[in-house]
Amino acid sequence: MKVVLENLTKIFPSRDKKAGKEVVAVNNFNFEIPDGQLVGLLGPSGCGKSTTLYMISGLQKPTGGKIYFGDDDVTELSTENRGIGLVFQNYALYPHMTVQQNILFPLQNLKGKDKLSKQEMLDRALEAAKLVQIDELMDRKPSELSGGQQQRVAIARALVKMPRVLLLDEPLSNLDARLRLQTREEIRRIQKETGITTVFVTHDQEEAMSISDVIVVMKAGVVQQIGKPQEVYDDPKNLFVAKFLGTPPINVLEGKVAGGKVYIGDSAVMDVNGVEDQEVYIGIRPEGIEPNENGVFECKLNNVEVMGRDASVVSTHPSAISTVIRAIISSDIRVDTSKETVKYNIKPHKFFIFNKETEERVYFEVK
Amino acid sequence: MVDSKNQWKAWLYLSPAIVLLLVFTVWPIFNTLRMAFLDGYGNMAAIGGQTFQFGINNFLKVVQYKEFLQCLQNTALLCVTTVPISTTLALLIAVALNSIKPLQKTLQTIFFLPYVTNSIAIGMVFAAMFNIVGLKQGNSVADTWGIINNVIQFFGGEPVNWINAGSSYIANITVMIVYIVWNALPFKILILLGGLQSINKQYYDAAKVDGTPKGRVLTRITIPLLSPMLAYVIITGFIGGFKEYSSIVGIFGEKMGPADDAGRLNTMVGFVYDALERDRQGRASAAALILFAIILVVTIINNKFIKKHVHY
Repeated sequence: MKVVLENLTKIFPSRDKKAGKEVVAVNNFNFEIPDGQLVGLLGPSGCGKSTTLYMISGLQKPTGGKIYFGDDDVTELSTENRGIGLVFQNYALYPHMTVQQNILFPLQNLKGKDKLSKQEMLDRALEAAKLVQIDELMDRKPSELSGGQQQRVAIARALVKMPRVLLLDEPLSNLDARLRLQTREEIRRIQKETGITTVFVTHDQEEAMSISDVIVVMKAGVVQQIGKPQEVYDDPKNLFVAKFLGTPPINVLEGKVAGGKVYIGDSAVMDVNGVEDQEVYIGIRPEGIEPNENGVFECKLNNVEVMGRDASVVSTHPSAISTVIRAIISSDIRVDTSKETVKYNIKPHKFFIFNKETEERVYFEVK
Repeated sequence: MVDSKNQWKAWLYLSPAIVLLLVFTVWPIFNTLRMAFLDGYGNMAAIGGQTFQFGINNFLKVVQYKEFLQCLQNTALLCVTTVPISTTLALLIAVALNSIKPLQKTLQTIFFLPYVTNSIAIGMVFAAMFNIVGLKQGNSVADTWGIINNVIQFFGGEPVNWINAGSSYIANITVMIVYIVWNALPFKILILLGGLQSINKQYYDAAKVDGTPKGRVLTRITIPLLSPMLAYVIITGFIGGFKEYSSIVGIFGEKMGPADDAGRLNTMVGFVYDALERDRQGRASAAALILFAIILVVTIINNKFIKKHVHY
């Protein structure tokens, strides 16, 4: 089931009727979520990603725009008639019911021709529980489960009535780091096995990048960029997207374009033929610079952090906006730490320039 | 823990409360126990120098009184009717109050008013509402009635003699139930409303996603999640119910019944007071202990039930 969002807008009225301004949580969101894909809505807190999710679920009404499931316009349809499964951030498992009762609950609400016999319900519940591998915990109460297990129960409860669309609100935020890795693989597996179109919300770019088919980067209610994770990472449309994706974060410096060359301070670091002269922000991915004696980009060397497979060269530069310039290199490469400075070579496809005023990407041809 | 050197300070600070509790609570409890087991104990006789034998005669006397059984019946009847009725009503009102936005605070205040009003005063108002106003002339019925009978007549019903001389026991008890339920509502609504407001809204969102009908939301989600509050309200309701006294005085006056049948609506606590007034401290103590035992047993049963049905 594909999900289409058309000019979707949500405006919250101001709290203080006299002085306050209304808040545009989601502004003119257009997007078609392809059938059977896992889509990550990504952005900092307050960017409208959860609001978008809740509008798809029907728990919140859009101020403007349309939502389609397949060809059905569901904008005016109430939540229960949309056929969605929703996993809440804190799971919202009913604490007084066992795992089995929790999973059965949505089925017991079915009416009319959808009504199931007791045995059918039990079979369906068991099937859902097996899918998320909690079929041995059916008689436990939620309070007797770990965070990861509760998460699985919540997913099973959302899946048991075979929703057209599965929605997950910050599915991993309540889990510890190790469980998070494991659970995100699990979500990926469950999504692939069921083939249900799934939308999840996260503020963690790593989480979104690692499991999504498509990511949607949002900022202040406006969609910044939509695409496959690697494509968005390699080809950010603006400074915000470039800064938001990637750990460690991208190095950002101030510079200018003059005569077809990019300058950081006084040194020309890159040929960008055909680009107009302008003030720019320069973004360089940490893996885009390598120490080289003949390098064009000189920084003051702070220290080298060796992390096994990789090493991180930490340096500073007066034009840098980020506090340090970080280079991720193979730990085989030795850096002379006795020197005061370090020179880098820059890989052109890891090097982006953005107009200083609009912060939009300025494209140039990589030779 | 306070280290042992400074413990005397802790005791010093506690002492005013401890002294008062010892004098006015602990000693009277102990003394009640003692007096209950002294055969035929009476205060005046004790002052007159009489000594008493230990025994259970006070208890035997108490349970042989016809009035005692009447008191027990009245108390139990009021308990088993008013607690379920007032709890159910309070639950429905609290759920309704919780689900409306406009006027919620105003309505909350209105529902809470009876709690801050003197129960004797309310009793007198209720008495006036159910009363026959004006004089009875010979055998003919009065021409003026209280507001309740006016309402009944307005809808074409026959006026009922609720509380005056010649009224029936059923009518008396009905008035008492209405009054006690009404009086018990505000506290229960307050507690349940507080409980409702602390339930995470996401449970209701989850229920909505699953298309749960309203009735099922109430029985499968709201009531179980509210069960600790419900348990508290029911237990304190029973304890309060067994101590019912001032409500009867409020409506029927100290005679505890209609003019032609004083004591008909007397309760356990009323029985204890009566015994005290007649200088029968031994009997009063025994009755108080019996009341205590009944409350204890009921509370234990309540607790057993609650352990099975309350989800913390």
